[in-house]
Amino acid sequence: MTGVHRVVVTGLGAVSPLGHSVASYWDGLKRGNSGLGPITLTPANDELTQKVAAEVKDFEPLKHFAERQLSTLDRVSQFAVVAAREAVAQSGLSFDMALSVRTATIVGTGVGGQTTLDESFRRVYLEKRTRVFPLTIPKLMANAPASQVSMDCGLRGPAFGVVSACASATHAIGLAFHMVRGGMVDCAVTGGAEACITFGTLRGWEAMRVMSPDVCRPFSKGRMGLVLGEGAAMMVLEPLERARARAANILGEIVGFGMSADAADLTAPDLGGMVRAMQGALDDAKLNPADIQYVNAHGTGTAANDETETQALHQTFGPHAQRLAISSTKSMVGHALGAAGGLELVATLLAVREGIVPPTIGYLERDPACDLDYVPNEARTLEIDAAVSNSFAFGGLNAVLAVKKFS
Amino acid sequence: MSDVAGDVIAIIAKKKRVDKPTVELSDRLLDLGLESLDAVEMIFDLEEKFDIQIPYNANTNNPRTEFETVGDVVAAVEKLVAQKTS
Repeated sequence: MTGVHRVVVTGLGAVSPLGHSVASYWDGLKRGNSGLGPITLTPANDELTQKVAAEVKDFEPLKHFAERQLSTLDRVSQFAVVAAREAVAQSGLSFDMALSVRTATIVGTGVGGQTTLDESFRRVYLEKRTRVFPLTIPKLMANAPASQVSMDCGLRGPAFGVVSACASATHAIGLAFHMVRGGMVDCAVTGGAEACITFGTLRGWEAMRVMSPDVCRPFSKGRMGLVLGEGAAMMVLEPLERARARAANILGEIVGFGMSADAADLTAPDLGGMVRAMQGALDDAKLNPADIQYVNAHGTGTAANDETETQALHQTFGPHAQRLAISSTKSMVGHALGAAGGLELVATLLAVREGIVPPTIGYLERDPACDLDYVPNEARTLEIDAAVSNSFAFGGLNAVLAVKKFS
Repeated sequence: MSDVAGDVIAIIAKKKRVDKPTVELSDRLLDLGLESLDAVEMIFDLEEKFDIQIPYNANTNNPRTEFETVGDVVAAVEKLVAQKTS
């Protein structure tokens, strides 16, 4: 297929701190459940200053993979593959050779196989072992989640990883969306994955001094920073005509993608960069600010992000910003970095589909610097025609997706 | 000047962003042009140098206002060092 296509979503998959499926994840979000808890995944948890994270709980690799397979799969790839299988199963697609070679696999991750990296470093530096496991390198590479999804699902078209820290999944999905829209491929399996709750990585985050000691309260007065999360979200994208021809269940439509770079500070958020990415997504979608009812915010819960994102929403949406329902699902599942944009787009698509806005939990009271409607603490029923999902990454790399209710 | 003061001044001098030949105890941190990442790096250097833990969260603490002068930082570090040895 060539030309410009409408791009629809026909399958969703998620592995999250609220459950290992889209149903459990979405149910938890609607209930305002917290996926945060004590850190259990690393050796020497008690030595860490940071005590809290949003871990994917009770994930048993052997329920999903043969033991032999696990020697090649870091936790990040396990999450990606489990989410991809769910998305593909829901789509009802079977990838025969003709479709397989025309299907892209684009998967974002912030770093890649961090558990493998951490364990290898422990062996060589701490235990003074002279060798590491033979498949250490292909397990930890940042394209491993993309490669593993392509192998597991049998997808032979364009496949690679996308790396932009906290915006990785959004960049990946945006790129896949444009590839399907432009006719470069007939289908895409895309999303993001991260498994970053390792001892070494947590030490790195502690040193940045941006972590909340207990809960994540995006946009609220008294917020004390972010809480790390992990997981994966994957989705199947197809041109509308292909989905219609096979009578697929269409879950939503992706209509716009905007990107920008701050070219300023490495970590401080930048108003101009955020505005350009949001405006870019609206322009790409041919939507006006007043067409949007819901924004799934980047909303990390840091003092700087939430204040700057609020200003960016004012600047992009003008007076309409006051009418937007805005929520940060990171309040419930933490910041899953390279997976975050995927988990958040799943939430955004389902919010639009079901007319339910997930809340921002942990919200205490209004911060004068964050003066919009953040859907505090309880989900809300709201008819939504169109919504956007924001991702603003360290390194000043911003990506925003716009979705519409399918009709 | 105490040893601690000399070391603190050396650490802050590496992070300052204004063209000023020397750092004095009476200098205000704001006037030295320290940015937020500079503060985080400065705290790391202080912790490493003196083997102390400085409680600090960039979301709720602002060293550029909580500690007005270089002398204030020196006093805070001296207190933490004393606590460590007592």
